[in-house]
Amino acid sequence: MKEIFVAAEADIPEGGRKVIAAEGVEVGVFRIDGTLKAWRNECPHQGGPVCQGRVMKGVEERLDDERRSLGIHYKDGSLHVICPWHGYEFDIRTGRHTGLDRIRLSSHPVSVRDGAIYVGIHG
Amino acid sequence: MPQPAPQELPEIGPRTNSLDILAHGRQQAIKRNLQNTFIVDVDSHIGESGHWPEVMKFLENDATREAAFTFGGGTGQGAFLNDMPGLQWQGVHGRIPHAAGLKEPVEGSDLPKPVVLSRRAMDALSLDYQVFFPNGLLFLGMHPVKEMEVELATAYNRWLVEHVLPHEPRMQAMLYLPFNSPAAAEATIKRFLGARGVCGFLVTSTRYQPVHANEYMRVYAMLEEAGVPIGFHAHHNWHNEYTKQLNRFISMHALSFVLSNLVHLTNWVINGMPVRFPKLKTIWIESGLAWVPFLMQRLDHEYLMRRSEAPLLKRLPSEYMREMFYTSQPMEAQNMKLLEGTFEAIDAPNQLLYASDWPHWDFDVPSAIWDLPFLNDQARRNILGLNAARLFNLPVPARYRQMAAE
Ligand code: FES
Repeated sequence: MKEIFVAAEADIPEGGRKVIAAEGVEVGVFRIDGTLKAWRNECPHQGGPVCQGRVMKGVEERLDDERRSLGIHYKDGSLHVICPWHGYEFDIRTGRHTGLDRIRLSSHPVSVRDGAIYVGIHG
Repeated sequence: MPQPAPQELPEIGPRTNSLDILAHGRQQAIKRNLQNTFIVDVDSHIGESGHWPEVMKFLENDATREAAFTFGGGTGQGAFLNDMPGLQWQGVHGRIPHAAGLKEPVEGSDLPKPVVLSRRAMDALSLDYQVFFPNGLLFLGMHPVKEMEVELATAYNRWLVEHVLPHEPRMQAMLYLPFNSPAAAEATIKRFLGARGVCGFLVTSTRYQPVHANEYMRVYAMLEEAGVPIGFHAHHNWHNEYTKQLNRFISMHALSFVLSNLVHLTNWVINGMPVRFPKLKTIWIESGLAWVPFLMQRLDHEYLMRRSEAPLLKRLPSEYMREMFYTSQPMEAQNMKLLEGTFEAIDAPNQLLYASDWPHWDFDVPSAIWDLPFLNDQARRNILGLNAARLFNLPVPARYRQMAAE
């Protein structure tokens, strides 16, 4: 496993991200709940640049006590990255497609040393 | 900083260059050696929408032309169009930026913008040809003013033939037939047949005219005789009595893009058009593929019990349907077994045509076909380009045949 430098720690604040290309690999690094997550910038659908998509809250359909719809609303606390090619939507915390668990982004190990962020890549 | 900063890839937004949006398409093409494969994209939608004032300059009636530039705050943008709001929902409210129309700058080029945008897509996806289709005009068959369909369609056809296609031989187009006025449709064929880059004629499927009406027989005869295909291009329609019940775009889009072609193809087969015009080549465009085996089974089942209602047919409806052409996009590929069955049912190795639909939200890259696990090499080359070459009489450079042989 080889490590590649991504950015200084301060360059990815809470809710932020950086997508980098190095050594023939593209990786998106996101910070959420104070933790860094690194996902390969390749969508499991048709290979689109998923980490370069919009980062936004997910939505939920709310129901009342009688299961009547109250419409679609933003879901508090959620944060998704949406593949710009066709809209596959992934939970940044888990890397899973928000509508079908088994579709997942590939992860990379992230480490922080001396104020710098690194991701591990094979090869 | 311990090391130099690596290359950073920015967020993709509405003004991102197509070459950057599709950079992974380029990488996929290199990985698969697609430069050795002849690829024709039979349905792209760079379209006319962002260039409508340009199109309006080609209106032939000077009173209409002048009136066009009273629309859009005097710019001519959107003049006389009957767009439905559906088009603006395609980008899932900002989640798929390019779906709202390519807004990237094209500085430094004297070429018409659609030519630059088409070249970028062709270069990124390793395409040899791209067939150009409209966007907003896909609703034009529902225009309340019948004559307006003729005027706008003629302006659009002229804009393409005179202003866009001459700049780039890799761009082809199926021209708009003003189908609500059969005589005008005939005149369109007469006028534009043989023009450079015109590879066929198009019926936009969102309309309520039955395709077997006697008024259309001359149109079909002309195209059959010319050896030029007719395409039926689906689109959505949120305004008919059935789709009005659907409260989400996903629901309307999923059904609507199939519904119009279900109706037209059923009329086409049951009224024996393949028997009346055996040499006329038909293409069913942008309804995906899953609907075709559904309709084949449904019509075959009823045909055997109600033959007296389809007396022109000599074979099963599905057998005629196997001889028609279909574009691949949006290819429903969630269940490979069903998809493989569909390919078998429609004789995909000979009748299926790759289409990207770029830059719409549900576009397909060539690797979507190339990577299918059940296709042999010849079948995927046919689908990606050679079937289209046969259908449209496009020259295939000799190098491709040699490469395929090697
Ligand atoms: S490639 Fe990501 S959604 Fe299709």
